[in-house]
Amino acid sequence: MASFDYDLVVLGAGPGGYVAAIRAAQLGLKAAVVEKDRPGGVCLNIGCIPSKALIHDAELVRSAAELGELGAKVDLSSLDYAKAYARSRKAADTLSKGVVYLLKKNKIELVVGEGTIRSPHEIAVKGGRTLTGKNLLIATGSRPRAIPGFEFDEKTILSSNGALLLQKLPRRVGILGGGAIGVEFAHVMNAFGVEVHLVEMLEQLLPLEDAEAVEVLARSFKKRGIALYTGTKASGYTRSGSALKLALEGKEGGKELEVDQILVVVGRAPNTEGIGLESIGLEAERGFIPVGDYGQTAVAGVYAIGDVVATPMLAHVASKEGEIAAEHMAGRKPRPRLDLNAIPGAVYCEPQLASFGYTEKKAREAGLAFEKGVMPYRAAGKSVAVGKTEGLVKILVDKETREILGAHVVGAEATELVHELLLAKSAELLPEDVATMIHAHPTLSEAVMEAARLVEGWAIAI
Amino acid sequence: MAEPVLMLALSPTMEEGTITRWHKKEGDAIAQGDLICEVETDKAAMEYESVNQGTLLAILVPAGGRAAVGAPIAVVGKPGEDVGAFRARAQEPAAAPAASAAPAPTGPKGATPAVRAGAVSPPSSGLRRIKASPLARRLARERRLDLGRIAGSGPGGRVVKQDLTAARTLPSGGVKPGLLPGAVAPKGATAPPAQDQRIPLSGKRKVIAQRLAESKFSAPHYYLKIDVDAGRFLEARERLNARLGEEARISVNALLLKIAAEALKRHPIVNSGWRGDHILAYARADIGLAVAQEDGLITPVVRDCGAKGVLAIERELGELIARARVNRLKPEEYTGATFTITNLGSYGILEFTAIINPPGSAILAVGRIRRVPVAEEGDRLAVRPQMILTLSCDHRVVDGAVGAAFLKDLKALIEDPVDALYTLNL
Repeated sequence: MASFDYDLVVLGAGPGGYVAAIRAAQLGLKAAVVEKDRPGGVCLNIGCIPSKALIHDAELVRSAAELGELGAKVDLSSLDYAKAYARSRKAADTLSKGVVYLLKKNKIELVVGEGTIRSPHEIAVKGGRTLTGKNLLIATGSRPRAIPGFEFDEKTILSSNGALLLQKLPRRVGILGGGAIGVEFAHVMNAFGVEVHLVEMLEQLLPLEDAEAVEVLARSFKKRGIALYTGTKASGYTRSGSALKLALEGKEGGKELEVDQILVVVGRAPNTEGIGLESIGLEAERGFIPVGDYGQTAVAGVYAIGDVVATPMLAHVASKEGEIAAEHMAGRKPRPRLDLNAIPGAVYCEPQLASFGYTEKKAREAGLAFEKGVMPYRAAGKSVAVGKTEGLVKILVDKETREILGAHVVGAEATELVHELLLAKSAELLPEDVATMIHAHPTLSEAVMEAARLVEGWAIAI
Repeated sequence: MAEPVLMLALSPTMEEGTITRWHKKEGDAIAQGDLICEVETDKAAMEYESVNQGTLLAILVPAGGRAAVGAPIAVVGKPGEDVGAFRARAQEPAAAPAASAAPAPTGPKGATPAVRAGAVSPPSSGLRRIKASPLARRLARERRLDLGRIAGSGPGGRVVKQDLTAARTLPSGGVKPGLLPGAVAPKGATAPPAQDQRIPLSGKRKVIAQRLAESKFSAPHYYLKIDVDAGRFLEARERLNARLGEEARISVNALLLKIAAEALKRHPIVNSGWRGDHILAYARADIGLAVAQEDGLITPVVRDCGAKGVLAIERELGELIARARVNRLKPEEYTGATFTITNLGSYGILEFTAIINPPGSAILAVGRIRRVPVAEEGDRLAVRPQMILTLSCDHRVVDGAVGAAFLKDLKALIEDPVDALYTLNL
C-alpha cells in the first residue's frame, strides 16, 4: 500500500475546507490545507463577515435618526465611510487570523500557494512542493458571476469583492441583482446616504423567498427611498463624463438611469476550472462537481464540498458538508446529505429576512396540501415597545401530518428568530409543540409562538 | 397490600396484548426483573419482566387471553391477602373479559392502583422506552405502525419521519408467502372443525394480511421464470461439505443467498427499493429468507451477504431460523431485506410466484430440484437435475429486461459456481 504525506489534503481554506480539515483532525486524521489567498475564504475575507460589519454600522447610522425622536441632535456630518470600511477589514483580519490559529491548534499544516490536482492523491503547489494525501477534498468555492456587457473593472463596474473594498461610497449606484447580496448592499449604501437603484430581472426581489415576506421588505425599502425595478433587465451602459448611463428594459418599456457606479451581484460561479479536475478525469456538470451523499466524487478518495457542488451556496452549508465528508473519510457513518428543507437562509438588511423550507409558491407547485399561519410582529407587545412592528412570522404546515414545511420570518432579529422554528423542523416537532411552549414576555419570539398557535387554530394575540 | 400487575404498553401504538405463556404460577415469589409472562403484540412476542415484587396471588388473564394496555393481568401481594375484589373487577365486562375499556383501575378503590397505573410507562424493566420525534409518533399513530419495531436513524437512535417512510412499505413483520424446507406445518393443517368456526385474528395474522396486501396492490408485480441446471451447484455444495466435515453443513439456501448476492452486485438496481419520490439503491445486499412458523411466517435477514463467506452465511442463517421458529427474532433481524428468497422445494413444489417483500423490489421463488430428461448438444438425451426459479419484480424499479438480465446471470452463476467462486469469498 502506498504511503502518503497526509490522510487528507484540502484544496481551499474557506468555511468548507478549514472546517473539514479540523473535523478530520479531531477524528485522528493528519490533514493539510492548501490556500492561495487568505485563510477563511470568501466568507471571512470578502463576504459574510465584512458585509455584516458594514451592515451593523448602517444600523447604527439608522438608529441615530431614532435618537432625533427623543430630541437629541445627532450630527452625522462628519460620518466617514472609510472608518466603517476599516472596521470591516479589521473584523475580517481578526477572523482570518483566528482560522490560522485553529488550524495550528489542530496540527493542520497550512500551505500558502495555488494548488492544482495532479492525481487522485496529489496536489501540486505552484512553485513549491507536491503534497500527497490518501484523500483529497476540493473546496475551492466560488467567485462573483459576471454578465456580458458589464465586465468587472472594480472601478465603475463592481463585483461584491470590489464593493466590499470601497473606501468611499458613490453618490449614486445601480445594483444589478435583487438577491441576498444585492439587497444587503442596497441596505448599507442607502443607510450611508447613497442614492440606490436596485434592479431585478424577475418579478420579485429575493426571487427564491416567500412572496408575502418579501413584500414586507420591499415596502420598507421603498419607504426608505430605495428605488426598486423588478421584472427589469439591464441592457447596457454608456459613459457620460464621470457618470454612467444605465439602460433598463422593463415591462413598461425602456428607461435610463444616471449613476456613478454599477454593482453586479447576479450570483456566484463555482471555481472548478484550472484546478486540475481533468487530470483525474473528473468533469464538472454546469460548473458543479457531481458528488454522492457524503461528498464523494466519481474518483475514489476525492471529495468535493461547498460552492463547487450543486447545493445552496452558503457558508453554513459548506461547513456542514465539510464535516460530513471528513467523517466519511474517517470511516464514520455521518447522517448523509443535508435536508435541503432545513437549511436556513438569512438576509441581513433591515428588516431582516430569514427562512427555510417551502415557500407558499413552492408548496403549491409541489401539490402539497398545507395550512399557513401568518402572524404580524405587531402581535408581540415587545415589537411595539421597541418600535419594530414591521414584520411577520409565517409558518407553513402539512395539512394532514402537521409537519412543518417551511417558515419565513421578516422583521427585526428575524435571522435569530427563525432558529426556534428550524430546531422544531429539524427535531420533527409539531407546531403544537412550539405553540404550547412558554415563551418569555415580552419578546419578539412571542410572535413565533403566536404564529404556531394560529396555524393550530387558537391564536390569542390576534 | 395486594396490587395489580398491569399490561404494559410495549410500544406507543400498542392497544392490547395477548398473553401467550405464563412463566410464573399462582403462589410463586416474584422479584423485580423476573420474567413473568410472554406477551404477543401485533407481531413479536415480548418478554414481560416484573416491575412488582411479592407473591403472585392471582393470574387474572390466563395464557391465550387478551388484555388492554393498563388493564390488570395478575395480582401481586403478601401470601394470604384477599384478591376477590381484583378477580371480580377483572370479570366485570363479561363480553370482553380482559380488554376492559377502563384503562386502569384508578379511583374508587384507593390510591395504590392508581399509582401503579402510573407505572405503565415502564421503568427499568425489560421494556424499553421508544425514542421518536413528535412527527414520527403522529405519523405512526395515523398509519398504525408500531414504532417499537422501527430502527431509528435520528440522534441517539430516535425514530424520525424518514424511518417511517421506509417502514411504510416495510412489513414490520417481514412477512413472506413462503416456507422453508422442514418447516413446521401451519396451523391450518390440523383437523377441520366440526362446524364453521370463527378464528380470531392474531396480531401476526393481521400484519401478514395488511403487509402482503399492501405489497401486492401497490407494487406492480411481474414474473420471470427460468430453468437452471443444478448439477454443478449440487456438486459444489457436496465438495464444500466434504471439506467442512463435521464442522458445518452448507444448506442449499445459504449457497443460494451467497450466489444471489453475487448476482445482485452485478445488477444493483435489483437490489433497490421504491420510495415514492425516488429509488433507493442499497449499498449492501441484505437478503431475507422466508421461514414458516407455527402461526405464520417471518423473514430473517442475513445482512451484507456480498461481504460474507458462505460459511458465515450458513451459521448466521441457521441461528436466525432457529430463533425465528420460536418467535424470538428482534425486529431488526426480520426487517429491511433488500432482496428475498423463498424456497418451497421441500414441499415438492415445482415452481411458484411469490409476493415481493418490501422494501426490496424483487423476490426469488425457488422450486424443488428434480431430475429431468434434457436434450443436450447434438440432440442427445441426458438426465440432469433441474430447478425452476421464478423472480417477482416491482416494475416501478426493475424493468423486464433488467430483471431478465439479472436472472440470466443468476442462472449462469448457479450452473457454473466455480466461475462465481473467483469472486465469492468462500
